[in-house]
Amino acid sequence: MPIEIRMPALSPTMTEGNLARWLKKEGDEVHSGDVIAEIETDKATMEYEAADEGRIGKIIVPEGAQGIKVNQPIALLLEEGEDPATLEKFAAAAPAPAPAPAPASTAPPTVPLAQPAAAAPERGPARLNGGRVFASPLARRMAQQAGLDLAAIRGSGPQGRIVKADIDKALAGPARPPAAAPGVIAAPGVAAAPRALPGFAKEQVLALAGNPPYTEKPHSGMRRVIARRLSESKQTIPHYYMSVDCVIDDLLKIRAALNAKAPSDGGGYRISVNDFVIRAAALALRQVPAANASWSDEAILLWDRVDIAVAVALDDGLITPIVKSADQKGLAQIAQEAKDLVERARAGKLKLEEFQGGTFSISNLGMYGIREFAAVINPPQGGILAVGAGQQRPVVRDGQLAVATVMTCTLSADHRVVDGAIGAQFLGAFKKLVEDPLTMLL
Amino acid sequence: MAESSFDLVVIGSGPGGYVAAIRAAQLGMKAAIVEREQLGGICLNWGCIPTKALLRASEINHLLHHLDAYGFSAQAVAYDPKKVVARSRAVAKQLSNGVAHLMRKNKITVLDGDAKLAGKGRVAVTKDGKPVAELAAPHIILATGGRARSLPGLEPDGKLVWTYREAMVPPAIPKSLLVVGSGAIGIEFASFYRDMGAEVTVVEVLDRVLPVEDEEISAFARKSFEKQGIKIHTGATVKALKRGKDNVAAQIEANGKTSDITVERVILAVGIVGNVEDVGLEGTQVKVEKTHVVVDEWLRTGEPGLYAIGDLVGPPWLAHKAMHEGVICVEHIAGLNDVHPLDLRNIPACTYCRPQVASVGLTEKAAREAGYEVKTGHFPFIGNGKAIALGEPEGMVKTVFDGKTGELLGAHMIGAEVTELIQGYAIAKTLETTESELIRTIFPHPTISETMHESVLDAYGRAIHF
Repeated sequence: MPIEIRMPALSPTMTEGNLARWLKKEGDEVHSGDVIAEIETDKATMEYEAADEGRIGKIIVPEGAQGIKVNQPIALLLEEGEDPATLEKFAAAAPAPAPAPAPASTAPPTVPLAQPAAAAPERGPARLNGGRVFASPLARRMAQQAGLDLAAIRGSGPQGRIVKADIDKALAGPARPPAAAPGVIAAPGVAAAPRALPGFAKEQVLALAGNPPYTEKPHSGMRRVIARRLSESKQTIPHYYMSVDCVIDDLLKIRAALNAKAPSDGGGYRISVNDFVIRAAALALRQVPAANASWSDEAILLWDRVDIAVAVALDDGLITPIVKSADQKGLAQIAQEAKDLVERARAGKLKLEEFQGGTFSISNLGMYGIREFAAVINPPQGGILAVGAGQQRPVVRDGQLAVATVMTCTLSADHRVVDGAIGAQFLGAFKKLVEDPLTMLL
Repeated sequence: MAESSFDLVVIGSGPGGYVAAIRAAQLGMKAAIVEREQLGGICLNWGCIPTKALLRASEINHLLHHLDAYGFSAQAVAYDPKKVVARSRAVAKQLSNGVAHLMRKNKITVLDGDAKLAGKGRVAVTKDGKPVAELAAPHIILATGGRARSLPGLEPDGKLVWTYREAMVPPAIPKSLLVVGSGAIGIEFASFYRDMGAEVTVVEVLDRVLPVEDEEISAFARKSFEKQGIKIHTGATVKALKRGKDNVAAQIEANGKTSDITVERVILAVGIVGNVEDVGLEGTQVKVEKTHVVVDEWLRTGEPGLYAIGDLVGPPWLAHKAMHEGVICVEHIAGLNDVHPLDLRNIPACTYCRPQVASVGLTEKAAREAGYEVKTGHFPFIGNGKAIALGEPEGMVKTVFDGKTGELLGAHMIGAEVTELIQGYAIAKTLETTESELIRTIFPHPTISETMHESVLDAYGRAIHF
């Protein structure tokens, strides 16, 4: 019997992916360990290695297909000596690969319909490890009938299983965004898109905009994750914001001095202002550990490590590679790591563990001349620091007007975890480190 | 006088109480249980268990009188009522000893005596009026159970007019018997005494027998009972009982007409009242309504630290309901995370008459009244190979579904062994399966359980064997 090659789960939170590229075609020999395809996941493109030997008998999911659910068969592998005729029978028996994987060019991403079970988003309350939503058969059917996204429902049954009462509550309660956003006009059967991406349906956007001409750009996996997670962040996390001005003239001087001393041979480094910011934030979090924390329903989780996620803009989206244990690392090491992470992020070559996690984020738009801004928290983190440009500004020093290089930094914090006083302590500690950068070298 | 402190004191060792104590011990609590009579309470000693032993005897008597159907013949078939009762008592004794063993095994302190609340977190135990012990515990569970309700003018006397208690240990099988009340207890005794040879009359105030069951099941049961020779008066009341020397003249009123019958004995089975007296509820914030203690979903009374479970808190008066209440109550006290309140609609109920009756969930009528788009399925035992092979073709399974969602709302069974089968539907309901999972479940052939499958199929127009 042919071996089914299935859509791999390349990360614990991955529930679907796009088939970016086939590296083998039908009839090709495959050895264990061969890269057979490139899979575009939430945030990166990854190589998919074969686990079995044989010959590609049939490619079920064509290149460019989007929204392929984890575990869905994507190809059939014939074992040595196996009759290709077995493929037909097998393919017929195999679950249909959802609505025909659409040509990726202009059509919107194909999202398999009518299987809300497997359609777990990134962080569903009833989702346990592996993306499975635990729900009773009755709850599943009721959710399907009502077009509810099970993953958005909190389960009250044994072990957090979603039961009928939870669906009743969701139906009776204040409008949870159903699978079809409120007001969506759509044909029956199409309305129940299983994954609730926040926003209006295309028809509605077009109607509201008055039908101007447009070009359609399909959502990438990353775009979907950005849309979902940041909407969820803004809707569920009570953000508050506070800003502090940091005078960075001393920092710039020390930076220049340090960079001047960098060896010119292979072991060289070049420290950026942002590397100072990473180290200062990490040390400040160590000094104010209450700010290095995440909310959970059961308890606040105070993280033992300080892992700083650094937002990196990509052509189409952004990614947040992590400088792990940043408080334990010197400026040169941070500089080298950050540079390497950013380069590989832009090339789409980050490994999963390099961009998943992080206990706190930094987003720096100083290079664009932005004076100050407020960032959206990257759940489940408790805060994010938005860093503006270092600009020469008039300051008052000892009652006299003076010129200083000032950088405004804005903390967005989750008020469930970090109260205002804690946030202020953190920003105070951060400012002190940045303005007196020698203390940062200790 | 012993004085000691515990994490939990349970008053009453029926199925609710002793299970609560064991669960508490499992969770590491130091538990004590107080019992004024035998361990195991009514269920083990004067209820569920000894009646099942009696009903086994009456079933055998019935079979012995129908041997010909199976190709046998026997002469001088007879029973000795004393031996029948003695076996029933031995069974009860064995199980009560079993509870004593379980208490020892779980290191639960057992106190023999009457318990009374003696202030916050305190229980005084007396035996024959003499103090035995003073117990202190932050948590006290009342599991004092219930007893037969009596009606004015029909008060049981223990000789001519019985409650379940006397009916369970008859010195002889009366020639004629009047059973007042056709709930599970009344009907089981009616069935037992009829199969032991008595002339039995049943009087029910409501319009049908087994009035909590589905209407079709009630009608099916009535037909069976009447075929067996049981006389049934529904919508009827017993106006008066005139007690003679060794018989009772009863005046029965139905539809405005009265009739008189004379019987040797009367069994009163008109419901259960809670044992709320003599527990020391006075001065506490415990609320009592219609002889039952009012509790919330976690079995808490109005008095902090005081809980109540089982028959004491009201219907359904079922041992397994009490057991689960005991577990839920204790687990909630222990602060376990995954504790869920009891769902009354998932409690199966069984009546061990012949034919047996078992059900779980909503009746068709209740489902319609609740506004469901009801879909029902039926399957008769006559379409089931195993039932016919056993010589038990009399029976039926009815299922009630929500046509909109496929939710199994209720299941109602009558026939041989259905009390052993209903758990299948109880599991289905607890797991919230729909018709789809039930239809795909493989029931073994040949078994009576196939009727359960067919009934579901029938609800969706797919029954195979009928």
